[in-house]
Amino acid sequence: MISLAHYIVLGAVLFCIAVAGLFINRKNVIVLLMSIELMLLAVNMNFVAFSRFLGDVSGQVFVFFILTVAAAEAAVGLAILVLLFRTRSTINIADIDSMKG
Amino acid sequence: MNPQTLQIICFYAFSLVTVAAALSVITLKNTVHAVLALVLTFFSAACLWMLLDAEFLALALVVVYVGAVMVLFLFVVMMLDIDLEKMHEGFVKFLPVGVIVAIVMLVEMLGLIGVWAMHARDLGADPAAVAGMSNTAWLGQALYTKFLLPFEVAALVLTVGLVAAVALTLRERRGARYESASRQVRVDPRDRVRIVKMDAVRPTPAAADEGTAGESKP
Repeated sequence: MISLAHYIVLGAVLFCIAVAGLFINRKNVIVLLMSIELMLLAVNMNFVAFSRFLGDVSGQVFVFFILTVAAAEAAVGLAILVLLFRTRSTINIADIDSMKG
Repeated sequence: MNPQTLQIICFYAFSLVTVAAALSVITLKNTVHAVLALVLTFFSAACLWMLLDAEFLALALVVVYVGAVMVLFLFVVMMLDIDLEKMHEGFVKFLPVGVIVAIVMLVEMLGLIGVWAMHARDLGADPAAVAGMSNTAWLGQALYTKFLLPFEVAALVLTVGLVAAVALTLRERRGARYESASRQVRVDPRDRVRIVKMDAVRPTPAAADEGTAGESKP
């Protein structure tokens, strides 16, 4: 029998893989964006599992909104990336330091 | 076979594929391969959601993510001319840090979850089936009644995202000559060609008589 713990542990594993991806791929902005998508997927997994467990529709509705916002975020993020590559001809994080943050 | 045994076998198979694909997303050298691995991750996650009877969200994940967002990623990756070797430079340097942080986080999370304590928590019956409708109807009923305003705001967010993405990447070329269709249509023929009424110019009678005297009178 599949229990709640199965899905939560899977979500935790996916989230940790995404965090590791953020640490490992310091150079490539595209992989960083993909790691963020993985994190959102891990969170969505928890939402869906809890929605099923509690019998509450709000969890699934929230996943729907997360998908919407993530799609918009990916579109704007990739647009910024294209713009960045056009002006600086690099997507290396280390080279993008003009704001001196 | 017992359907519940089959379910749990499916769960482990799908989650194995999900985790393996997620691992290859962050480790593959070629970004195109990483995007394809992410597609596999999303697809097997959709299968897992199917196991939870969340059909609508599973299909939305496939349509929206695999069909749209990942294709966008692929387009961008293939459009940009990236030096793959240079991109992969810091990989070995940051690998231990990443792995240690991830493992520490995972152990903490698992401790918080209390896997063994929660193992007994059965997922229970499908709430949509209990309410006597399909998952899509269940979700739609909440979405169009209780969550109508957030739903409209989500539509607005998507529109703003679309406009922002176009406005950011639209490149105006300086010095290029464009033709404006609306101006072409709006042109009035009278601005281009003016027809002027003029009297015909006739040679004076005296000159005509002198020049062509012999021929004009047979």
